[in-house]
Amino acid sequence: MTLLEARALEVHYGGIRAVRGIDLDVGEGELVCLIGANGAGKSSTLRAICGLVARSGRIRYAGEDIGATPAFELPRKGLVMVPEGRGIFPRLTVEENLAMGAYARTDPGIADDLERQYAMFPRLAERRRQTAGTLSGGEQQMLAIARALMARPRLLLLDEPSMGLAPMLVAKIFDIVREIARQGVTILLVEQNARLALEIAHRGYVMESGAIALSGEARALLADPRVREAYLGEGAG
Amino acid sequence: MRRLLDARGRPALLWAGIAAIVLALVLLPFALAMIGTTWVRIANIAVLYVLLALGLNIVVGFAGLLDLGYIAFYAVGAYCYALLASPHFDIHLPFWVILPIGAALAAFFGVLLGAPTLKLRGDYLAIVTLGFGEIVRIFLNNLSQPVNITRGPQGIAQIDPFRLGPIDFSRTDTVLGLTVSGPMKYYWLLLAVLVVVIVVNVRLQDSRIGRAWEAVREDEIAARAMGINTTHVKLLAFAMGASFGGIAGGMFAAMQSFISPESFVLVESIMVVAMVVLGGMGNIWGVMLGAVLLSFVPEVLRWTVAPAQEALFGRQLIEPEVIRMLLFGLALVLVMLFRPAGLLPSQVRKRELDWREEPGALRA
Repeated sequence: MTLLEARALEVHYGGIRAVRGIDLDVGEGELVCLIGANGAGKSSTLRAICGLVARSGRIRYAGEDIGATPAFELPRKGLVMVPEGRGIFPRLTVEENLAMGAYARTDPGIADDLERQYAMFPRLAERRRQTAGTLSGGEQQMLAIARALMARPRLLLLDEPSMGLAPMLVAKIFDIVREIARQGVTILLVEQNARLALEIAHRGYVMESGAIALSGEARALLADPRVREAYLGEGAG
Repeated sequence: MRRLLDARGRPALLWAGIAAIVLALVLLPFALAMIGTTWVRIANIAVLYVLLALGLNIVVGFAGLLDLGYIAFYAVGAYCYALLASPHFDIHLPFWVILPIGAALAAFFGVLLGAPTLKLRGDYLAIVTLGFGEIVRIFLNNLSQPVNITRGPQGIAQIDPFRLGPIDFSRTDTVLGLTVSGPMKYYWLLLAVLVVVIVVNVRLQDSRIGRAWEAVREDEIAARAMGINTTHVKLLAFAMGASFGGIAGGMFAAMQSFISPESFVLVESIMVVAMVVLGGMGNIWGVMLGAVLLSFVPEVLRWTVAPAQEALFGRQLIEPEVIRMLLFGLALVLVMLFRPAGLLPSQVRKRELDWREEPGALRA
């Protein structure tokens, strides 16, 4: 079943067309990645889905048209985003950040979920009383992901979780993403690190100057010579 | 100091402390009246500033929106009271009818200011709010033609005092042999209103709305991603902050029985911002301390600078007014140097200034 469906999605910044009418599907339970170079329109696509930028085209989520739904309504529907640059609340503690993630929830399971995050991210448990601004980049990324999980997402949108992290930490973050997907959360991952993203994803889309250049099974894309040359730093030379 | 003030686990001590403070505050006007009624009036103005600072703290401290035109809401409340309880239009509504109207009208103006500035932050927001404050004042100055609403720079006089049953707040009474002057009655009234405002503020800070303000202040995009309607939350901050200003304004009008646009100049807005920043943005008690200090210290200096010069040099070397502002400025600079987060910083502000110095705070 298709959980997210975008058709002819366009984003304009003034006269610049950042996203030029793309089609994109994410099935329930899938881990889909959106890869491409800097400025290809990946993050704009994600922001358009979340209603953070003005967009045109059709976006359906869980069978419902969300083209006009304001951004703040989406977490209540289970569509949760981890913003680019993490967007943690630097002066609040780790625990306060996590609590803020559950802002849209009113059910009684919040305390249990908090413990679940601490079990998944022991680093955060150690630092629960520390302010988020004092965490390292990798810890901040973990916090941003854990905070999003506090909203009990059905579809999690990740915007460049590897940005600015050391390779070892990137690998760790990708392990976490894979683990979250295994637990049944549908994920749309926007990433510049094409190899790692394709290695953990089921399917992938390759974006180039605002349009989808290639799409298909992640494994097939990894083997595709065009992808290898342009994004994996291999090939003709 | 925190350990000293920590009364957790010792509720009896806490309550005794609160009772002692309340008693001292209630009896304060008798002590002040012995020095002179002027000091009771000064205390009243100080409480009004505390109300204003608490209102502005919602906007600046909680929601992180810098507002340099806050005094406009004070003006709206004051003019609302003056127009509905004075011989100018010959309307004489009782104060408990006007105060809510004034609060609501100020809240409306708060939204009016908030709506077009939703996308602005920091310096840009400050400039627009500054302009808004001036617009309101200039309107008050000029709304005497073609229909005379505000009487322009002449101001509105003979505003009705508060009346509570048979008690007239403008007269002096003798109760059980004690002389109770008008300003003393206003002091108690202001104190009662202040208690209500403090309770509302404390409750707000710990509420869902308070948390939403915190999130908006920290990172607006992330706040929206958490499911917070940032538009509503910001407008609510403007409206709530403004309504407290409106209430303070209404009480100011009743107390002074005369108001004119001169009372609502830019310097007043800056003063309230200074109180909030000096006391400790976001900390209710800090903000109150800032307001009390900044309204009392200039008065104390006013009464001591001239005699001190006489005693030291035998004549006035420098105008007392100049020295007063000089010392005032110096005090502000010193506080900002040695306590950059304010006298009583909020937990969150303190953390922000601390973590830059922590050795382990390097970003990986």
